[in-house]
Amino acid sequence: MSLFEIYDLTVEYSDGTESLQGVTMNIEANEVTCLIGPAGGGKSTFLRVLNRLNDLADVKKVSGKVMFKDMNLLDPKIDVIDLRRRIGMVFARPLPLPLSLYENVAYGLRTAGERSKAKLDRAVEQALRQAQLWDEVYDRLDAPASRLSGGQQQRLCLARTLSLEPEVVLLDEPTSALDPISTAKIESSILELKERYTFIVAPHSIQQAGRIADHVAFFLQGELVEYQPASEIFTRPRDKRTEDYLQGRFG
Amino acid sequence: MNHNDFNKLYPRRTGLLTPRNMEKAGYAGLTVLTILTVLPIIAVVIYILVQGAPAISPSFIFDMPRDGMRAGGIWPAIVGTIYLTVGTAIFSVPLGIGAAIYLAEYAPDNRVTQMIRIAIINLSGIPSVVYGLFGLGLFVLFLKFGSSILAASLTLSIMTLPVIISTTEEALRAVPHAFRVVSISLGATRWETIRRIVLPQALPGIVTGVILGLERAAGETAPILFTGAAFFLPRLPQSPLDPTMALPYHLFVISTQVPGMPVQIQYGTVLVLLVFVLGMNLIATWIRSRARARRQW
Repeated sequence: MSLFEIYDLTVEYSDGTESLQGVTMNIEANEVTCLIGPAGGGKSTFLRVLNRLNDLADVKKVSGKVMFKDMNLLDPKIDVIDLRRRIGMVFARPLPLPLSLYENVAYGLRTAGERSKAKLDRAVEQALRQAQLWDEVYDRLDAPASRLSGGQQQRLCLARTLSLEPEVVLLDEPTSALDPISTAKIESSILELKERYTFIVAPHSIQQAGRIADHVAFFLQGELVEYQPASEIFTRPRDKRTEDYLQGRFG
Repeated sequence: MNHNDFNKLYPRRTGLLTPRNMEKAGYAGLTVLTILTVLPIIAVVIYILVQGAPAISPSFIFDMPRDGMRAGGIWPAIVGTIYLTVGTAIFSVPLGIGAAIYLAEYAPDNRVTQMIRIAIINLSGIPSVVYGLFGLGLFVLFLKFGSSILAASLTLSIMTLPVIISTTEEALRAVPHAFRVVSISLGATRWETIRRIVLPQALPGIVTGVILGLERAAGETAPILFTGAAFFLPRLPQSPLDPTMALPYHLFVISTQVPGMPVQIQYGTVLVLLVFVLGMNLIATWIRSRARARRQW
């Protein structure tokens, strides 16, 4: 059984922008699944369905079935608070909360009710190490997060998500605003951590998908055009549109 | 297009009215206008300082009035204004901030919400004497609080609420939406997000709004005229159901109702009221600038 089993997922927004039409796919645990395709194709919508952040958007209609283990994520009655602790998200822009480094990383655990200083300390350190930021900041954890560089901020955001030890981490173009060194660190974190977590990434370039993906899904105007193991899709795309996109004929 | 055509199309202006000179004149004009707006304020403050300062002494501040208020101090009026300001804060601050949180964070964007918002904006335009009559009808007579600190504080609260609600709502809306999304994505509820992220960020704006609202309440005469202000009391109020003297009303009384009033007592009273209100203003400015220096985004 796959971790996610998605059947005929359709999402429409009230203002008619980016939508999804009849997406059916399975996503495997402990893999890196990359969603590629031009802007407005539905990648962000897809990610936001998975941890129900779409609840905050002006959605007109959602239909289909999105099974995460034995839970239907489209069911309005599920515990979304718990779900968001199990399926975390990193956004395209580095968005540190207006708190210290430490409090940023501890934020999720604190709202989950963790009070033990020792446990928080340990979780913060582990998350910062996993995001490859610890060595740069261990001596100034009380500084405001906004003092960090953009690349450090984004790794802080990754650490903040990892601190909850979620089962799945969603990354929506996490390196689109970053320098190459920070980008490389985030990519290597993803590759190192995929034994413990499942990653679903909208990469900011096809090249990035090539470096990290196990499976690649190509979205075009809300439609899932092709979904293949990375080695397949890059060498033998089945759909003409995928081939054109990969070769840079549009995008 | 050759050079001559260009000059015909865009003739070079000469003489006094060149664009450069017009710009200079414009700057000069605006500077003069700005100075003109500040001058009266400076003049008022200096005039009151000069006239009122000789009256100020410990006994003027801390003594009860004597000789039909023509001598002695204004202590009961100062205490009364403090009571009224605190009383107004007790009612209007929690209510106003609560309403603003609802409007900014929870209220759906529909016709009803818009009506509420329009009502609040219009409330702040109502003349204060109308609030006074309303307070007389509701609190003093109908609810039988009598002419009292309680009735006057409630009346001032209603007048202050629109200011507190709209400034607080604005402060909440100024907090970037992304913080809320991030917090919710980490498994926080809306209320946890508001309490831990939004409110701390909005606090300086909220405090400023609250103080501006209370400041207006402290200086008003009309709303307390029928609801709690006393012409003269031989002792300080003992309970919230007692009437009280208050600086603005006392000023009105000694300026118009008492013949043979020494003029320096009037200006001394004005000076005390001014210092009270400006003091609150200073606190608001200080909180704002301190928060701005600490802002992390």
